[in-house]
Amino acid sequence: MNIIALVKQTPDTAKLSRTLNGLQLMADGQPRIVNPWDEYALEIALQLRDKHGGKKVTALSLGRPEAVDALRTGLAMGADEAILISDPGLAGTDTLGTARALAAAIKKIGAADIIVAGRSAIDGNSAAVPAQVAALLGLPLVSYVAALKTVDTAGRSLIVARALEGGRETVTARLPVVITVVKEIAEPRYPSFMGIRKAAKAPITTWALKDLGLDPAALVPQMTWEAFLPEMREVQCEFIAGTPAEQAAALVTKLLEQKIL
Amino acid sequence: MTNDILVWIEHTDAQADTISWEAMTAAAGLAAGTGGAVRAIVAGPSTRALAEAALRHGAASVFAAEDASLAGFRLEAAGALVAGLITAHPPAAFVAGASLRGLELSAWVAARCGAPLAADVTDLSVANGAIIALRPTLAGNVISKVTMPGPSTRVISVRKRLFPGAAEVENATGDITPVQAALAEDAIGTKIVGFEPAAATISLGGARVVVSGGRAVGGPDGFKPIRDLADAVGGALGASRAAVDAGWIPYAHQVGQTGKTVQPDLYIACGISGAIQHLAGMKTSKTIVAINKDPEAPIFKYARFGLVGDIFQIVPALAAEFRKRLS
Ligand SMILES: Cc1cc2nc3c(=O)[nH]c(=O)nc-3n(C[C@H](O)[C@H](O)[C@H](O)COP(=O)(O)OP(=O)(O)OC[C@H]3O[C@@H](n4cnc5c(N)ncnc54)[C@H](O)[C@@H]3O)c2cc1C
Ligand SMILES: Nc1ncnc2c1ncn2[C@@H]1O[C@H](COP(=O)(O)O)[C@@H](O)[C@H]1O
Repeated sequence: MNIIALVKQTPDTAKLSRTLNGLQLMADGQPRIVNPWDEYALEIALQLRDKHGGKKVTALSLGRPEAVDALRTGLAMGADEAILISDPGLAGTDTLGTARALAAAIKKIGAADIIVAGRSAIDGNSAAVPAQVAALLGLPLVSYVAALKTVDTAGRSLIVARALEGGRETVTARLPVVITVVKEIAEPRYPSFMGIRKAAKAPITTWALKDLGLDPAALVPQMTWEAFLPEMREVQCEFIAGTPAEQAAALVTKLLEQKIL
Repeated sequence: MTNDILVWIEHTDAQADTISWEAMTAAAGLAAGTGGAVRAIVAGPSTRALAEAALRHGAASVFAAEDASLAGFRLEAAGALVAGLITAHPPAAFVAGASLRGLELSAWVAARCGAPLAADVTDLSVANGAIIALRPTLAGNVISKVTMPGPSTRVISVRKRLFPGAAEVENATGDITPVQAALAEDAIGTKIVGFEPAAATISLGGARVVVSGGRAVGGPDGFKPIRDLADAVGGALGASRAAVDAGWIPYAHQVGQTGKTVQPDLYIACGISGAIQHLAGMKTSKTIVAINKDPEAPIFKYARFGLVGDIFQIVPALAAEFRKRLS
């Protein structure tokens, strides 16, 4: 059983502060991390290999050359192989362009049984790429997986619990399948010292669009976008003083008078 | 190509989810801009009454697919149905609510139809035939303005609680057109074998009021007064990551960048400092009330009302006051 983990490198939003706003954080040279949700994807990919009879884990990322760092984290955690898709023709692509390139790479890697992704990327926040990869490859998607119940390698199926808004859904899916995982599924392991040393030296394959047989013109998004900072809401905080009972009474009065409740 | 807007009606066992009527409002706004009509898609067995409800909420017509394979929600089955309808009657846009299901449905459909996608949008407009959407990115710290010129179909999911639910009218006419499922059962790679509803607490995502506790609650017992305040106002219970990481309350209650995003009418933060990652999940709440013993706490910069003091005194007093005044 071969497993592919989709790993995106994203800005490190923990570094946002009063002196580093969102647009500044997106600029070159700012700190980057493995998309936090993708650490769970990597962890589950490794568990599928180690506990459920998998053979090989490939970490796959699409991004700029510096995204190799995210792949090195994957290798340090224990992935067997890492592949970066990077091409100037992908600059400014949308989720669909990303999904097309990832789908082409998944085909090229070949014989994947389970493709694991995070639930969303903290930068783009679209929660779209895994569903688009599944749609393009004609594979089922099982999203928001909170627990792997059974992985039946011989029967080529798995049973999982999904965390949905109204409760937990148990689903069986046949392989190959794309899954996305949520935080509850497992605690991502820390890379070991040895793992980090090995990862630092490991070769990372890079594929350009031509290696995937893709034409950059076909990946041009049918949309344009511009980014700006959210308007700072001009809220003037009205402090309500008094004893706790007085504060409570005054607050409830205001909430009712101003029809907030 | 038509100017129509297709809208997905999400439901649970043929009961419309609130977000469906919000999506209907968003769709009606787009249809006003494109000069087309809103057409709803209702999928699942025994959904005749729901299709009629869609007409009463403003759809000009409904595509109704009642095949048993569309019971529950299975992405491939629903996606293939929608993609088929888009191909057969190309609309200017397809709109779904950005629930967990709606997010993946819209993404899947966009990929199948080769259409541009704007996910989880907070605002929509039409100008010169282009659809313009605003969407928060980078944990709400950057707004992305997406322009989709068309004319081919654009796919959009709308964030919860930003568009008002479409009003219901008494008498509505419009065709309910039966349509076939697009996939045979054996072409669908998944089966739903069980569903365990979450405990009947108010879910954070759709709540009108959220009361959250932070590190200051000090322990699992400290959440009792917070929970009691939430009950008194009929709100959902939230928490900061500090409280979740301490193990005082399950992760499902976490609000913020790595938790849930909420947009209630009223958010009451109790003993929460207002870290940027917490703000990412709640700062677009309509009204924020902060209770904190530190008058310099950053949360007060976002709060409409601030109560400086001890949560263990103020929170119970507030619960009592709400009970008195709301009954
Ligand atoms: C990548 C990343 C993701 C994160 N995601 C999230 C997230 O999703 N959600 C989230 O919440 N955080 C998140 N965090 C953590 C965040 O940075 C803060 O650490 C966290 O929000 C702090 O929680 P808090 O406000 O409860 O605690 P603190 O910051 O410790 O604040 C406690 C507050 O309580 C006040 N207080 C103490 N005692 C009392 C009392 N008796 N009465 C009244 N007030 C009192 C104090 O004055 C203080 O302001 C994330 C961090 C990182 C790095
Ligand atoms: N550029 C990328 N490279 C690799 N994986 C990605 C990329 N973009 C998205 N993904 C995967 O898709 C998930 C959802 O991302 P998104 O749809 O962008 O919110 C992420 O958690 C990743 O697992």
